[in-house]
Amino acid sequence: MISPQSVMYEDEFHRIQGAIETLLGAANARVVFVVDKNGQLMAAAGDVDQLDTTSLASLTAGNIAATGGIAKLLRENEFATQFHEGKNAHIHIQLVSQRVILVVIFDAKSSLGLVRLRVRKTTEELTAIFEAMNKRPVDARAGSPFAEITDDDIDNLFND
Amino acid sequence: MPFINLMAREINCKIVYYGPGLCGKTTNLEFIHGHTKAESRGKLVKLATDSERTLYFDFLPFELGDVNGFKTRLHLYTVPGQVYYDASRKLILKGIDGCVFVADSQLARADSNEEALENLKLNLLEYDLKLADIPYVIQYNKRDLPSALSVEELRGVLNPYLVPEFEAVAHEGTGVFETLRAIGRLVFRDLKKSYGAQAALGANPQRAR
Repeated sequence: MISPQSVMYEDEFHRIQGAIETLLGAANARVVFVVDKNGQLMAAAGDVDQLDTTSLASLTAGNIAATGGIAKLLRENEFATQFHEGKNAHIHIQLVSQRVILVVIFDAKSSLGLVRLRVRKTTEELTAIFEAMNKRPVDARAGSPFAEITDDDIDNLFND
Repeated sequence: MPFINLMAREINCKIVYYGPGLCGKTTNLEFIHGHTKAESRGKLVKLATDSERTLYFDFLPFELGDVNGFKTRLHLYTVPGQVYYDASRKLILKGIDGCVFVADSQLARADSNEEALENLKLNLLEYDLKLADIPYVIQYNKRDLPSALSVEELRGVLNPYLVPEFEAVAHEGTGVFETLRAIGRLVFRDLKKSYGAQAALGANPQRAR
Protein backbone atom coordinates (compact mmCIF):
# COMPACT_ATOMS: atom_id res chain seq x y z
CA MET A 1 0.00 0.00 0.00
CA ILE A 2 1.60 3.18 -1.11
CA SER A 3 0.40 6.29 0.57
CA PRO A 4 -2.10 8.45 2.26
CA GLN A 5 -4.18 10.34 -0.25
CA SER A 6 -4.39 14.04 -0.70
CA VAL A 7 -8.09 14.76 -0.61
CA MET A 8 -9.59 18.21 -1.10
CA TYR A 9 -13.20 18.65 0.02
CA GLU A 10 -15.68 21.09 -1.47
CA ASP A 11 -15.55 23.67 1.34
CA GLU A 12 -11.75 23.65 1.24
CA PHE A 13 -11.78 24.12 -2.50
CA HIS A 14 -14.11 27.13 -2.15
CA ARG A 15 -11.87 28.73 0.48
CA ILE A 16 -8.76 28.26 -1.67
CA GLN A 17 -10.59 29.48 -4.77
CA GLY A 18 -11.88 32.53 -2.86
CA ALA A 19 -8.37 33.40 -1.67
CA ILE A 20 -6.81 33.22 -5.13
CA GLU A 21 -9.66 35.14 -6.76
CA THR A 22 -9.14 37.93 -4.23
CA LEU A 23 -5.42 37.86 -5.02
CA LEU A 24 -6.12 37.94 -8.77
CA GLY A 25 -8.02 41.22 -8.39
CA ALA A 26 -5.80 42.77 -5.71
CA ALA A 27 -2.59 42.09 -7.62
CA ASN A 28 -4.11 42.95 -11.00
CA ALA A 29 -2.78 39.62 -12.26
CA ARG A 30 -3.66 37.62 -15.37
CA VAL A 31 -3.73 34.19 -13.78
CA VAL A 32 -3.29 32.80 -10.28
CA PHE A 33 -3.11 29.10 -9.51
CA VAL A 34 -2.25 26.71 -6.69
CA VAL A 35 -0.35 23.50 -7.30
CA ASP A 36 0.68 20.81 -4.85
CA LYS A 37 4.36 19.86 -4.69
CA ASN A 38 3.62 16.69 -6.66
CA GLY A 39 2.49 18.75 -9.64
CA GLN A 40 -1.29 18.46 -9.26
CA LEU A 41 -3.31 21.57 -10.02
CA MET A 42 -5.57 22.38 -7.05
CA ALA A 43 -7.28 25.62 -8.08
CA ALA A 44 -6.93 28.32 -10.71
CA ALA A 45 -8.36 31.81 -11.30
CA GLY A 46 -8.20 34.32 -14.12
CA ASP A 47 -7.65 33.90 -17.82
CA VAL A 48 -6.92 30.16 -17.70
CA ASP A 49 -8.67 29.10 -20.90
CA GLN A 50 -5.70 30.06 -23.04
CA LEU A 51 -3.24 28.22 -20.82
CA ASP A 52 -2.23 24.58 -20.53
CA THR A 53 -2.60 24.59 -16.75
CA THR A 54 -1.89 20.86 -16.38
CA SER A 55 1.55 21.21 -17.97
CA LEU A 56 2.17 24.46 -16.12
CA ALA A 57 1.37 22.74 -12.83
CA SER A 58 3.76 19.89 -13.52
CA LEU A 59 6.57 22.17 -14.67
CA THR A 60 6.13 24.55 -11.73
CA ALA A 61 6.36 21.65 -9.29
CA GLY A 62 9.44 20.40 -11.16
CA ASN A 63 10.93 23.85 -10.89
CA ILE A 64 10.27 24.06 -7.15
CA ALA A 65 11.66 20.55 -6.67
CA ALA A 66 14.84 21.43 -8.58
CA THR A 67 15.27 24.68 -6.64
CA GLY A 68 14.67 22.78 -3.40
CA GLY A 69 17.43 20.37 -4.46
CA ILE A 70 19.79 23.30 -5.02
CA ALA A 71 18.85 24.75 -1.62
CA LYS A 72 19.65 21.44 0.03
CA LEU A 73 23.07 21.34 -1.60
CA LEU A 74 23.72 24.85 -0.29
CA ARG A 75 22.44 23.80 3.15
CA GLU A 76 19.56 26.21 2.87
CA ASN A 77 16.16 25.12 4.05
CA GLU A 78 14.42 26.23 0.86
CA PHE A 79 14.12 29.09 -1.59
CA ALA A 80 10.53 30.04 -0.94
CA THR A 81 10.15 32.66 -3.65
CA GLN A 82 11.04 32.75 -7.34
CA PHE A 83 10.44 35.37 -9.97
CA HIS A 84 10.94 35.07 -13.72
CA GLU A 85 10.69 38.13 -15.90
CA GLY A 86 9.64 37.80 -19.53
CA LYS A 87 9.04 40.34 -22.25
CA ASN A 88 5.28 40.42 -21.81
CA ALA A 89 4.53 37.97 -19.05
CA HIS A 90 6.14 37.54 -15.67
CA ILE A 91 5.73 34.74 -13.19
CA HIS A 92 5.96 34.85 -9.41
CA ILE A 93 6.19 31.52 -7.58
CA GLN A 94 5.75 31.22 -3.83
CA LEU A 95 6.04 28.11 -1.69
CA VAL A 96 3.23 28.03 0.88
CA SER A 97 3.28 26.01 4.07
CA GLN A 98 6.04 23.73 2.68
CA ARG A 99 3.57 21.78 0.59
CA VAL A 100 1.77 23.87 -2.02
CA ILE A 101 2.88 26.40 -4.59
CA LEU A 102 1.15 29.69 -5.31
CA VAL A 103 1.77 30.94 -8.84
CA VAL A 104 0.92 34.42 -10.12
CA ILE A 105 1.26 35.32 -13.80
CA PHE A 106 1.07 39.03 -14.53
CA ASP A 107 1.95 41.62 -17.16
CA ALA A 108 2.64 45.36 -17.46
CA LYS A 109 -0.72 46.17 -15.85
CA SER A 110 0.78 45.12 -12.52
CA SER A 111 4.23 45.27 -10.91
CA LEU A 112 6.50 42.95 -8.99
CA GLY A 113 6.17 45.11 -5.85
CA LEU A 114 2.38 44.91 -5.87
CA VAL A 115 2.38 41.17 -6.58
CA ARG A 116 4.87 40.51 -3.76
CA LEU A 117 2.80 42.56 -1.33
CA ARG A 118 -0.48 40.83 -2.18
CA VAL A 119 1.08 37.37 -2.32
CA ARG A 120 2.33 37.82 1.26
CA LYS A 121 -1.22 38.30 2.53
CA THR A 122 -2.64 35.42 0.49
CA THR A 123 0.19 33.16 1.67
CA GLU A 124 -0.93 33.71 5.27
CA GLU A 125 -4.51 32.92 4.34
CA LEU A 126 -3.57 29.77 2.42
CA THR A 127 -1.24 28.63 5.18
CA ALA A 128 -4.17 28.64 7.60
CA ILE A 129 -6.34 26.68 5.15
CA PHE A 130 -3.69 24.05 4.42
CA GLU A 131 -2.76 23.64 8.07
CA ALA A 132 -6.41 22.95 8.84
CA MET A 133 -6.52 20.46 5.94
CA ASN A 134 -3.44 18.80 7.36
CA LYS A 135 -5.13 18.19 10.67
CA ARG A 136 -8.50 16.88 9.62
CA PRO A 137 -9.12 13.16 9.09
CA VAL A 138 -10.10 11.62 5.78
CA ASP A 139 -12.83 9.30 6.97
CA ALA A 140 -16.52 9.77 7.53
CA ARG A 141 -16.88 12.40 4.86
CA ALA A 142 -19.38 11.84 2.08
CA GLY A 143 -18.53 11.53 -1.57
CA SER A 144 -15.39 9.45 -1.49
CA PRO A 145 -14.68 7.90 -4.88
CA PHE A 146 -13.42 4.74 -3.23
CA ALA A 147 -16.28 3.94 -0.91
CA GLU A 148 -18.12 1.89 -3.51
CA ILE A 149 -15.60 1.28 -6.26
CA THR A 150 -15.33 -2.38 -7.31
CA ASP A 151 -12.55 -4.29 -9.02
CA ASP A 152 -14.82 -4.48 -12.08
CA ASP A 153 -15.05 -0.68 -12.15
CA ILE A 154 -11.28 -0.54 -12.14
CA ASP A 155 -10.98 -3.18 -14.86
CA ASN A 156 -13.50 -1.29 -16.98
CA LEU A 157 -11.28 1.79 -16.90
CA PHE A 158 -8.49 -0.16 -18.51
CA ASN A 159 -10.37 -2.14 -21.11
CA ASP A 160 -9.48 -1.41 -24.73
CA MET B 1 0.28 10.47 -3.45
CA PRO B 2 -2.91 10.62 -5.51
CA PHE B 3 -4.73 13.91 -5.53
CA ILE B 4 -8.49 13.72 -5.15
CA ASN B 5 -10.54 16.85 -5.80
CA LEU B 6 -14.02 16.18 -4.49
CA MET B 7 -15.30 19.48 -5.85
CA ALA B 8 -14.20 18.92 -9.43
CA ARG B 9 -14.69 15.16 -8.93
CA GLU B 10 -11.23 14.27 -10.18
CA ILE B 11 -8.63 11.68 -9.20
CA ASN B 12 -5.09 12.20 -10.45
CA CYS B 13 -2.35 9.61 -10.04
CA LYS B 14 1.36 9.78 -10.79
CA ILE B 15 3.13 6.94 -12.58
CA VAL B 16 6.88 7.08 -13.14
CA TYR B 17 8.72 5.21 -15.91
CA TYR B 18 12.18 4.37 -14.56
CA GLY B 19 15.13 2.59 -16.17
CA PRO B 20 18.63 2.95 -17.56
CA GLY B 21 19.57 5.50 -20.20
CA LEU B 22 18.24 4.80 -23.71
CA CYS B 23 15.99 1.93 -22.55
CA GLY B 24 12.87 3.46 -24.14
CA LYS B 25 11.05 5.34 -21.38
CA THR B 26 10.40 8.40 -23.53
CA THR B 27 9.51 6.12 -26.46
CA ASN B 28 6.74 4.56 -24.33
CA LEU B 29 5.25 7.99 -23.65
CA GLU B 30 5.63 9.06 -27.27
CA PHE B 31 3.76 5.98 -28.44
CA ILE B 32 0.98 6.50 -25.91
CA HIS B 33 0.75 10.15 -26.94
CA GLY B 34 0.66 9.26 -30.64
CA HIS B 35 -1.96 6.53 -30.31
CA THR B 36 -4.60 7.95 -28.02
CA LYS B 37 -7.50 10.20 -28.84
CA ALA B 38 -6.59 13.88 -28.70
CA GLU B 39 -9.42 14.56 -26.25
CA SER B 40 -8.16 12.03 -23.72
CA ARG B 41 -4.54 13.14 -23.57
CA GLY B 42 -2.75 16.36 -22.80
CA LYS B 43 0.40 17.75 -24.26
CA LEU B 44 3.58 15.67 -24.08
CA VAL B 45 6.09 17.90 -22.32
CA LYS B 46 9.71 16.92 -22.87
CA LEU B 47 12.57 18.56 -21.00
CA ALA B 48 15.39 17.22 -23.13
CA THR B 49 18.86 18.18 -24.30
CA ASP B 50 19.51 19.28 -27.90
CA SER B 51 20.34 15.66 -28.69
CA GLU B 52 16.92 14.50 -27.47
CA ARG B 53 18.18 12.92 -24.24
CA THR B 54 15.85 13.47 -21.31
CA LEU B 55 17.38 16.16 -19.12
CA TYR B 56 14.81 16.41 -16.35
CA PHE B 57 11.59 14.59 -17.16
CA ASP B 58 8.89 13.95 -19.74
CA PHE B 59 5.30 14.44 -18.72
CA LEU B 60 2.07 13.19 -20.27
CA PRO B 61 -1.34 13.67 -18.63
CA PHE B 62 -3.75 11.01 -19.76
CA GLU B 63 -7.48 10.75 -19.10
CA LEU B 64 -8.96 7.30 -18.52
CA GLY B 65 -12.66 7.83 -18.06
CA ASP B 66 -15.15 8.03 -15.23
CA VAL B 67 -15.48 5.83 -12.22
CA ASN B 68 -18.31 6.46 -9.75
CA GLY B 69 -18.76 9.88 -11.36
CA PHE B 70 -15.10 10.80 -10.86
CA LYS B 71 -12.84 11.73 -13.75
CA THR B 72 -9.65 9.70 -13.52
CA ARG B 73 -6.32 10.86 -14.86
CA LEU B 74 -2.88 9.33 -14.96
CA HIS B 75 0.10 11.66 -14.98
CA LEU B 76 2.90 9.77 -16.68
CA TYR B 77 6.48 10.84 -15.98
CA THR B 78 9.84 9.55 -17.15
CA VAL B 79 13.15 10.12 -15.42
CA PRO B 80 16.49 10.88 -17.09
CA GLY B 81 18.26 7.52 -17.30
CA GLN B 82 21.86 8.64 -17.42
CA VAL B 83 23.77 7.89 -14.23
CA TYR B 84 24.82 11.48 -13.52
CA TYR B 85 21.25 12.81 -13.42
CA ASP B 86 20.55 11.08 -10.14
CA ALA B 87 19.52 14.24 -8.27
CA SER B 88 16.76 14.87 -10.85
CA ARG B 89 15.59 11.24 -10.76
CA LYS B 90 15.17 11.44 -7.03
CA LEU B 91 12.99 14.55 -7.28
CA ILE B 92 10.65 13.03 -9.83
CA LEU B 93 9.81 10.12 -7.53
CA LYS B 94 8.14 12.52 -5.11
CA GLY B 95 4.46 11.67 -4.82
CA ILE B 96 4.77 8.48 -6.91
CA ASP B 97 1.69 6.22 -7.05
CA GLY B 98 3.07 3.54 -9.33
CA CYS B 99 6.24 2.61 -11.16
CA VAL B 100 7.12 0.99 -14.47
CA PHE B 101 10.68 -0.24 -14.68
CA VAL B 102 11.71 -0.31 -18.34
CA ALA B 103 14.61 -2.70 -18.88
CA ASP B 104 16.74 -2.80 -22.00
CA SER B 105 16.81 -6.45 -23.09
CA GLN B 106 20.21 -6.28 -24.77
CA LEU B 107 23.05 -8.30 -23.25
CA ALA B 108 25.31 -5.25 -23.32
CA ARG B 109 22.85 -3.34 -21.11
CA ALA B 110 22.47 -6.03 -18.45
CA ASP B 111 24.67 -4.21 -15.93
CA SER B 112 22.91 -0.90 -16.60
CA ASN B 113 19.54 -2.51 -15.87
CA GLU B 114 20.74 -3.84 -12.55
CA GLU B 115 22.34 -0.56 -11.65
CA ALA B 116 19.17 1.38 -12.49
CA LEU B 117 17.02 -1.00 -10.45
CA GLU B 118 19.31 -0.63 -7.43
CA ASN B 119 19.21 3.13 -7.95
CA LEU B 120 15.40 3.05 -7.99
CA LYS B 121 15.31 1.16 -4.68
CA LEU B 122 17.79 3.58 -3.14
CA ASN B 123 15.96 6.68 -4.33
CA LEU B 124 12.59 5.37 -3.11
CA LEU B 125 14.11 5.09 0.35
CA GLU B 126 14.46 8.89 0.32
CA TYR B 127 10.65 8.91 0.56
CA ASP B 128 10.51 6.02 3.03
CA LEU B 129 9.24 3.71 0.34
CA LYS B 130 10.23 0.21 -0.68
CA LEU B 131 9.68 -1.15 -4.16
CA ALA B 132 7.58 -3.93 -2.63
CA ASP B 133 5.24 -1.27 -1.15
CA ILE B 134 4.29 0.42 -4.39
CA PRO B 135 2.35 -0.75 -7.45
CA TYR B 136 5.12 -1.86 -9.76
CA VAL B 137 5.51 -3.63 -13.13
CA ILE B 138 8.47 -4.43 -15.37
CA GLN B 139 8.71 -4.01 -19.10
CA TYR B 140 11.43 -5.83 -21.04
CA ASN B 141 11.91 -3.52 -23.99
CA LYS B 142 13.77 -3.97 -27.29
CA ARG B 143 12.68 -7.59 -27.69
CA ASP B 144 13.21 -7.24 -31.46
CA LEU B 145 16.98 -6.87 -31.18
CA PRO B 146 19.15 -9.92 -31.95
CA SER B 147 21.28 -9.38 -28.85
CA ALA B 148 18.26 -9.50 -26.53
CA LEU B 149 18.61 -11.81 -23.55
CA SER B 150 15.85 -14.33 -22.94
CA VAL B 151 12.98 -13.27 -20.69
CA GLU B 152 14.00 -16.03 -18.26
CA GLU B 153 17.48 -14.53 -17.95
CA LEU B 154 16.11 -11.02 -17.44
CA ARG B 155 13.52 -12.22 -14.96
CA GLY B 156 16.16 -14.05 -12.92
CA VAL B 157 18.05 -10.82 -12.35
CA LEU B 158 15.39 -8.11 -12.43
CA ASN B 159 12.19 -9.73 -11.27
CA PRO B 160 12.84 -12.09 -8.37
CA TYR B 161 9.44 -11.35 -6.80
CA LEU B 162 7.59 -11.98 -10.04
CA VAL B 163 5.71 -8.72 -10.40
CA PRO B 164 3.71 -8.40 -13.64
CA GLU B 165 6.12 -8.26 -16.58
CA PHE B 166 5.68 -7.41 -20.24
CA GLU B 167 7.74 -7.89 -23.37
CA ALA B 168 7.85 -4.81 -25.52
CA VAL B 169 9.12 -3.20 -28.67
CA ALA B 170 8.19 0.31 -27.63
CA HIS B 171 8.90 2.10 -30.91
CA GLU B 172 6.39 -0.21 -32.62
CA GLY B 173 4.01 -0.07 -29.69
CA THR B 174 4.23 -3.74 -28.79
CA GLY B 175 3.58 -4.13 -25.07
CA VAL B 176 3.23 -0.38 -24.42
CA PHE B 177 -0.48 -0.26 -23.66
CA GLU B 178 -0.41 -3.67 -21.95
CA THR B 179 2.17 -2.23 -19.53
CA LEU B 180 0.17 0.96 -18.99
CA ARG B 181 -3.08 -0.92 -18.34
CA ALA B 182 -1.36 -3.23 -15.85
CA ILE B 183 0.20 -0.45 -13.80
CA GLY B 184 -3.03 1.57 -13.95
CA ARG B 185 -5.05 -1.34 -12.56
CA LEU B 186 -2.53 -1.91 -9.78
CA VAL B 187 -2.51 1.78 -8.83
CA PHE B 188 -6.30 1.99 -8.55
CA ARG B 189 -6.54 -1.28 -6.62
CA ASP B 190 -3.90 0.04 -4.24
CA LEU B 191 -5.80 3.31 -3.86
CA LYS B 192 -8.94 1.45 -3.01
CA LYS B 193 -7.09 -0.63 -0.42
CA SER B 194 -5.30 2.37 1.08
CA TYR B 195 -8.49 4.42 1.30
CA GLY B 196 -10.14 1.58 3.21
CA ALA B 197 -7.24 1.39 5.63
CA GLN B 198 -7.13 5.15 6.15
CA ALA B 199 -10.85 5.38 6.73
CA ALA B 200 -10.69 2.53 9.22
CA LEU B 201 -7.86 4.19 11.13
CA GLY B 202 -9.15 7.75 10.73
CA ALA B 203 -5.72 8.51 9.38
CA ASN B 204 -4.53 11.89 8.30
CA PRO B 205 -4.56 11.97 4.49
CA GLN B 206 -2.31 14.96 4.14
CA ARG B 207 0.89 13.57 5.56
CA ALA B 208 3.59 14.77 3.22
CA ARG B 209 6.16 12.27 2.09
